[in-house]
Amino acid sequence: MRRKISLFLLWFFVWIGLSWPPALVDAIYAVAVSLFVSYMTLDLMFDTSAENKISRCGKGKAIARPFWFLWYVMVFVWECFKANIDVAYRVLHPALPIRPGTIKVKVDLKSDIGLAFLANSLTLTPGRTTVDIDKPSGYLYVHCLSIRDGETRLPVVTKYEKILKKIFE
Amino acid sequence: MNETIGTALIVIGLIFDFFGCLGLIRFPDVYNRLQASAKCITLGTCGILLGLFLFKGLTATGVKALLCMVFILLTAPVSAHALARSAYRSGVKPWEGTVVDEYSNDMENIR
Repeated sequence: MRRKISLFLLWFFVWIGLSWPPALVDAIYAVAVSLFVSYMTLDLMFDTSAENKISRCGKGKAIARPFWFLWYVMVFVWECFKANIDVAYRVLHPALPIRPGTIKVKVDLKSDIGLAFLANSLTLTPGRTTVDIDKPSGYLYVHCLSIRDGETRLPVVTKYEKILKKIFE
Repeated sequence: MNETIGTALIVIGLIFDFFGCLGLIRFPDVYNRLQASAKCITLGTCGILLGLFLFKGLTATGVKALLCMVFILLTAPVSAHALARSAYRSGVKPWEGTVVDEYSNDMENIR
């Protein structure tokens, strides 16, 4: 039930945002549309199989989660900005200083949503694109723009993982 | 004040978009080009939209710009990932200057 309500509220506010400024007619439309859309997308948005459930936890931890998420967003924006400076430097340098390659990175995250967040934020940070996930054995395949010899563990992955673990596991 | 910051953000966004396009031309293979386009163009476009929001404030245009920003941030990495994966799977060879390539060997074992 809680899932249905939160999904309904999400679509409701998206619709209100799209039809800004809010008026009574729009609110009525919003209720109708978001009821329908949340009915259609319920099983897409939430994977109800047991292994992917976000673990239940004590009240203190549950309250801390949104704050960790905010912290994660801040860390992410900063990394994203650095990434862009880095890529811009490589693009503009006349000698094109890149050493590309695809490497395997071990991750400890288990939940689908945690892995998805990690992979997507990696794609937006310093010279990296996640190519594939090997979920059973816990490896990410990451394409890097510039790698040093013998690098198998990216420091930025550890940084993200620590925060994501607090949010999703 | 808002308009000054907005203009600055739009200019920065345009510069990053330009770098992204330049990378698309200069980099040697599919995977490196994806890097340039996925990152620079995401931040550049977000900068432009945020600048637009600062210009317009909480009006119809401004709120839609914010929604578009969230949407781009959610979808751009997913599409970059899907393109990179399908390029590998359909046999596009990485550039010859590539240092290591651990994915090509393991590709068959992952579903």
